[in-house]
Amino acid sequence: MKLSKQEYDQMNKQASPKSKLLPDCLWAFFVGGAICLLGEVLRTLYGRWGFALTDAAALTSATLVALSAVLTALGWYHKLATKAGAGTLVPITGFANAVVSPAIEFRVEGLVTGVGAKMFVIAGPVIVWGMMASVIWGVIYYFIRPLMGG
Amino acid sequence: MHFLWAFLVGGALCVIGQLLIDLTAMTPARILVLYVVAGVVLSALGWYMPLAEFAGAGATVPLLGFGHLLAQGVVDAVERHGLLGALTGGFSAAAGGIAASLVCGVIASLLSKSKDQS
Amino acid sequence: MQMQNKKGDTLFFRTPPSVLGYAAVGGKKESEGPLADGFDVLDTDTTFGEKTWEQSESRMQAICAETALKKSGVTPKELDCLFAGDLENQCTASNYTMRDLPVPFVGLYNACATMAEGLGLAAAFIAGGLAQRTMALASSHFCAAERQYRFPLEYGGKRTPTSQWTATASGGVVLGSVGGPPYVKAVTFGRVIDYGIKDINNMGAAMAPAAAHTLLTFLKDSGRQPEEFDRIFTGDLGAVGSTLLEEICEKEGVKLTNHSDCGLLLYDREQQQVDAGGSGVGCSASVLCSHILPQLKSGKLREVLFIATGALMSPTTFMQKESIPGIAHLVLLGSGK
Repeated sequence: MKLSKQEYDQMNKQASPKSKLLPDCLWAFFVGGAICLLGEVLRTLYGRWGFALTDAAALTSATLVALSAVLTALGWYHKLATKAGAGTLVPITGFANAVVSPAIEFRVEGLVTGVGAKMFVIAGPVIVWGMMASVIWGVIYYFIRPLMGG
Repeated sequence: MHFLWAFLVGGALCVIGQLLIDLTAMTPARILVLYVVAGVVLSALGWYMPLAEFAGAGATVPLLGFGHLLAQGVVDAVERHGLLGALTGGFSAAAGGIAASLVCGVIASLLSKSKDQS
Repeated sequence: MQMQNKKGDTLFFRTPPSVLGYAAVGGKKESEGPLADGFDVLDTDTTFGEKTWEQSESRMQAICAETALKKSGVTPKELDCLFAGDLENQCTASNYTMRDLPVPFVGLYNACATMAEGLGLAAAFIAGGLAQRTMALASSHFCAAERQYRFPLEYGGKRTPTSQWTATASGGVVLGSVGGPPYVKAVTFGRVIDYGIKDINNMGAAMAPAAAHTLLTFLKDSGRQPEEFDRIFTGDLGAVGSTLLEEICEKEGVKLTNHSDCGLLLYDREQQQVDAGGSGVGCSASVLCSHILPQLKSGKLREVLFIATGALMSPTTFMQKESIPGIAHLVLLGSGK
C-alpha cells in the first residue's frame, strides 16, 4: 500500500470522534460537586456531634469510602462513573472504588493471591507516588525549617 | 455558605480532571497520581491550606486533599520527631483513608460477586 | 487429490469444502441486539451457569460446538481436526472446552481474526485432502476480556467514543469434503500490518490498514472487483475502522460500496451504548454464524467476502508503549461452487 504512517495518522485523527467536552464537564462538575457537598455535610454533622476538626475530617473520609464500597459492590458506582467520568474518579470515593473493585473481581483467584495481591493494582501507584512526594517534602521541610525561623 | 463553596470548588477540581481525560491521553491511574502529587506540592508551597479552610470538603474530598493530608502529616511529624518524621508522617496521616478502603475491600470481596455490566 | 491453486497470498480451492453446519451462541447484550433471532442459544445471565468468567466462556464455547455438530449431523468422532481460539491468556477458554471434546485440536490465537483464521485452516485441510471433516470454533466473553485486558468490572471508568465493546459470543462452523452449500471457495491469510496506532481504545483504527491490505491482496490475486460480491463483511472494525478502511481503499483506487462490518451489525449503536461498535473474537464469529451463513444457505446472498480483523497487542506491550499491529484473514464464501 502507498499509504504512509503520517498520512494515516491524519486520517485517523479525522475519523475518530472526540469526547463531548461540555456534557462530560457538566457531569463531572455536578456529580463531583455533589460528592464534595455530601462530604461537607458529613463533616459539619460530625463536628456538631462533638468530634474534633481532624477527627471529623477522618470520619468523613471513612464514611465516603464505606459508601463508595457499598455502591461498588452493588455495581452502581460503575454505572454512575460511565456518565460522571472524573466526577467519580477524583474524589476519595474514586480511590475507594479503585481498591474495592479489584478486591471483588479477583476474589475467585483466592484471598491471598487474588484479593490480597490485586487489591491495590489500580490504587497502588497513588500510594507509592503520594508517599514518595510526602517523604521528599518531609526531608526538605526538615532542612528549611530552621531557615523559616521555626 | 460553606456548603455552596464545597460544591463549587469540588466540582471545579473534578472538571480539571475531566479536561485532562478528554483532552490528553492520560489514563485514570495517571490522573490520580498527578492529583495526589500535586496535592503534596501545593500543600508544601502553602497554597492548599487556604483553599481547604475556604472550601472545606470541596478541597479535602478530591484526591488533591489526600496529597495535602500527606504533606501536613509529614510537617507535623518532622516537628515532633525530626528527620524520622519524614518517613512516618505520610502514612500516619493517610492511615485512616487507606485502612478504611482496605477493610471495605476485603468485606466487599467476601459479600459481593463480579457482575456483568451489560 | 487435486492440486490447489495458489496465486499470490490467496489459496483457491478447486473442490470447495462444504459448510455442513454452524451455530452462534451469545450473552445478554447480544440477545438485545438486532441479530438476536439468528442465534441458536442466548444466555441473558451471561454466566452460562458457571462460577468464573473464564469457565463461563468455556461453557459457552462448548455449547456452541455441541450445537454446531448437532445441526450438521456430525459426531465428534467423525471430526478429523478442530481449530479453536479465544482471547483469554494462553487460549484457555478453548483448551478447557477441548478437555471434554475428544477431537484432534489445534489451538489458535490471532485476536479477533481467529474465526477467519480457523475457518481458512479448516477449509485448507479438507481442500488439501488432509481431512474429511473439520471444525472452526472461536469465542470471546466481555467479562473475561475486561478483567484481563482492562479493569475489574466494578471499576468506574468512562469509555472513550472510539472504544469498542467485546462481544460475549461464540461461533462454530463444521466443514466437510462432501455436502451442500454454502462453500468455502478461497482463503487469503493476511500479513501483520502496523501503521503506528498506539491507542488501545481505538482498535478499529489499528486494524483497518490490515483489512485493506488483505482485501487489496485478494482482489489482485483473484483479478476481481469488489462490486462482484454481494457483500464484503469485515471483522470488527467498528465505526472508526470502517470509515478508515473505506478511505484507505479509495486512496488505493478501490471504491467500496457494499461493505458491512460485523462490529456494527451485532449491536444497535444508538440504543446499546457500545460506542464505536462491537469487537472480540466472538463478534465476527457469531455474526458469521447468525447472519452471513444463513443467508448464503438460503441463497439470499450468493457470494461474500468475510474478513476478520485482529489487533495483536497485549497489555504488556501496550504499557511498554509499543504500537498495535493488526492482521486480517479473508475467506471467500459462496452459495455455489
